[in-house]
Parts: sequence; structure tokens; C-alpha cells
Amino acid sequence: MTMNETLEPKLSPHARYVQHLKAGELAYQFSPAADRAVFFPRVLCPYTGDAALQWRVSAGAGTVYSTSVVYPRKGEPYNVALIDLDEGFRVMSRVVTDDPLAVAIGQRVAFRSVQEEGLDEPIPVFYPLEAT
Amino acid sequence: MRDDFRPGRAAVVGAAESDLGMVGAGYSALDLMAQGVGRALDDCGLTLRDVDGIFCATTQSRLAGLALAEYLNLPEAYIDSTSTGGSSFMGHLVRAEAAIAAGLCEVAVVAYGSTQRSLGRKNTSTAEWNPYESPFRPFLPTTAYALAAARHMHEFGTTREALADVAVAARQWALLNPQAWEKTPLTVEQVLASRMVSYPLTIRDCCLVSDGGGAIMLTTPARARTLSRAPVYLLGAGHCTTHQTISNMPDLVNTGARISGSMAYAQAGLTSSDVDVVGVYDAFTINTILFLEDLGFCAKGEGGDFVSNGRIAPGGTLPVNTNGGGLSYCHPGMYGIFLLIEAIRQLRGECGARQVPGAEVALAHGNGGVLSSQYTVLLGGAGTI
Repeated sequence: MTMNETLEPKLSPHARYVQHLKAGELAYQFSPAADRAVFFPRVLCPYTGDAALQWRVSAGAGTVYSTSVVYPRKGEPYNVALIDLDEGFRVMSRVVTDDPLAVAIGQRVAFRSVQEEGLDEPIPVFYPLEAT
Repeated sequence: MRDDFRPGRAAVVGAAESDLGMVGAGYSALDLMAQGVGRALDDCGLTLRDVDGIFCATTQSRLAGLALAEYLNLPEAYIDSTSTGGSSFMGHLVRAEAAIAAGLCEVAVVAYGSTQRSLGRKNTSTAEWNPYESPFRPFLPTTAYALAAARHMHEFGTTREALADVAVAARQWALLNPQAWEKTPLTVEQVLASRMVSYPLTIRDCCLVSDGGGAIMLTTPARARTLSRAPVYLLGAGHCTTHQTISNMPDLVNTGARISGSMAYAQAGLTSSDVDVVGVYDAFTINTILFLEDLGFCAKGEGGDFVSNGRIAPGGTLPVNTNGGGLSYCHPGMYGIFLLIEAIRQLRGECGARQVPGAEVALAHGNGGVLSSQYTVLLGGAGTI
């Protein structure tokens, strides 16, 4: 497929990603030409320019790459983390624990799709692997 | 960036800040931009009617170049209002120099203005929804830099005390700068005990939120010779855009400054050891550590040790952010122009109590987005070309 071919008319890359989340899956793209994962979802491979990106579903296991705790002026502190999935892509998310400061870089975590109040689409969150 | 760059095709001849800090109700970003332009013109002895090139950016005008052309009545001016966040003005300087060399304009102004403190951050920057980040409510930009700081601490054993040392050094420089917002001393203990914003960064690890603007003037070498100020020259420049969003930064502890710095040094035929005075965009304390590493002033991972024991403070071995930085001098949202202004003033020997004696080569490193755009420029006095 070349870049000049028409785009899929109904399902954008993001819509496809959300469709998987609704099915409880964390989907990502894979570029055969670059032989590596691509995330966020897009219409062409950022490494080769090739439009032939495959959709794959992650096994959902990952490692905390970095972590922070946000202290809002109102409300409780909460975790924000970057998670490296085993398939070779990174997402921003949070690790769900009682103590957000206890989230540690290098910690193994597992994906879960959740629909939160106030959000239109499900989001990927992560739990400490031993707790799932 | 071209390898055959030849310095001296255009000269930086004027530099000035607008009013800084809290300018008062009703002033616009354009008012501060224009005030900066007026003062920069006065600084070099040119007049507004000489200006035929506009290079500017602000978060408060969607069409900043048009807005400044209108404000200053410069209908025929060459315009570039590219925005790469806080690093925009390094890019403007490079393109103004190239535009003058190419004959596109003869007298160029690089300008910035912001009333972020008077209006509040939420009213001066558009928040963009990103479906891959926004649902997790990172407090941006701070959380992005906190993630980098946490990773640096994990990989290299960097401490919160080392981060605090950066803030303390910036404050010590600020106390030597009459224009600086902060007027009282700061200790490591105070930084550590201040309000946590996004762990491991406290409010004192974060830059100020101020109003402010400024401008620098460039012109041809021939015209520069007719002006009052000693010209300053662009010796080399480099840039690197590794990502826009922090979840797409390839490596949180290795920034694009390594590439932008290498390009600038190669173009100038210089190394970090040739730099007399250093300015790095210190939106957060971790920035100074990352950039000093990536720009070759210390080895990767050793930045925490490097900034301790007053090494980058007044009287230390490497003068860094001599105006007091974004941490203690001023930070209206896009700080890059102030790094350029300070570099120019240091090279002209105008910095009073904070002057680095005999400074001939200055490095100004701009950062935009969330460690996204890295832009390094090396500037020198007449003796360097």
C-alpha cells in the first residue's frame, strides 16, 4: 500500500484503538517494514513512511519506565506513570495502588481497560502484576 | 544544518527586556513585545522605520507575526512567527541571521511578549486534549519533567538535594541581577520543604510564572559598524526535536541537546571547554542537570554531582544562568529570548555584579515543549570571528 491510497473511511487509527479498549484489549500497531511496534496509532509508519501498519493486541504485561505523583491543590495525590509494554511500545497511564508514591521504576505491571466517569472512552490502566 | 556555516554574515546589535514581573492590568503580550522592540532599537541606535524583518512568537497571539506587523506598522517586513515553544527565539535568531545573509531583510527584530502572570496560565496557553495522555491528568508541563527527574534519579542516583542545588545557584545569581523577580536567599532545605507539585519536583524546582518580553536586533555587518554597540555574532547553532509529548520521548535521561549541541559546536569549531558563560533553559531544576550533561559540561549521569558544592553558582567553576534563570529571574512561558539577551549582555560586558570577566563565547540553549525542542546557539564577540 502506498501513502496515496485512500484512508479507511470509517475507522480512524484512534477509533480502532478505542474499539479494542472497549473489548478489554490494549491494541498497538506493528510495522513489518521497520520490524517494530508503533504507538500512538497513526496512518503511516514513522520509521519507514510505509502505510502498511498491522494491528496487534498486547499481552498487557509491562514495566514502569518512570513514575510521578501529582499533588493537586484540591483532592488526593495520584500517580502518573510511563509504562513500557513487553511488545516494545510505551504508554502514559497510572498504576492503581493505595499509595501512589510506592509505584517504583522497574516494577512489573498488568494492563486493564477501565471506563471512567467523565471520560468518553475507556483508558488503559495498570495494576502491580502480583496483585492481578 | 549546513556544515559550511560562516559566521559574520549578520551581527546582533541590540538587546533589551520589556518590563518584567507583574506589569499591570490591561497590558497585552503585544504591548510587551513592542516595548522590547523599542528598547532594543534604543539600545543600538536604529529606528523603527529601519526594521524590515519580524521574527516573533507568543502563546497569546495565533498570528503573532501579523499582530506585531500591525502594531508596529511594518507592512513590508519579512515575517517568521514559527513557534517551537520556549526555544522559538533561538530558531528566530538563526533564521534572522540567514535571512539577512540571503538579502531577505536588512534589519531584523526577534521579539517576545507575555502577560502570563497578570492573566493566569490557563488564559494565556491553549490546553490541547491528547487522548493518550490527558485522561491520566499529568500536571503539564511539570509532570513531564518530574518523570524525567525520577528516571534520572533511578538510573544515576541523582538526589532531590542535587535538584535543589540548581535552584539555590539560580537564586544566588538572581540576587546579583537587579531585574530578577526573586530578591531573597534560598536554601536547599527550603526547596525540599516547599509544596510538592509533581514528585520529585516541588514548587521551588519549578520556574516562575511572570509577565515579560524582550527583543534583540540583527543587521548586516556593514550597518553594524555604524552603530554604537559592539556587535555579537552567531558562531554556530543546532536543533533537535525528539518528540512533542512526553510519552513519545525516546529516552527521558538523554535529551535532544546532545545532538543540537554537537551541531552547534561543530559549526563553530568549538567545544564545551571554549564556552565562557552558559545559559540553559531552566524551566525546572532537572533541566539544568540534563542540559549540562548533554552539552558536554559533564558526563552523562554526573550532572547531580556537577551542580553541587556551588560549582554553577556565583564564584563557582562554571557560570550557568547568570541572570538567575527561569527559576529566579523571570519566566513568562517562553523563556528562550531571555537566554539570548543575557548571552549578548555578557559578551558586551554589561552585567555588573554578575559579569563573567572577559566572556568571549556564550552558549544559549533553548528548550521547547516538554524537553521536546532543543535549540543550541553559540554566540561570540568580535574577537571570535
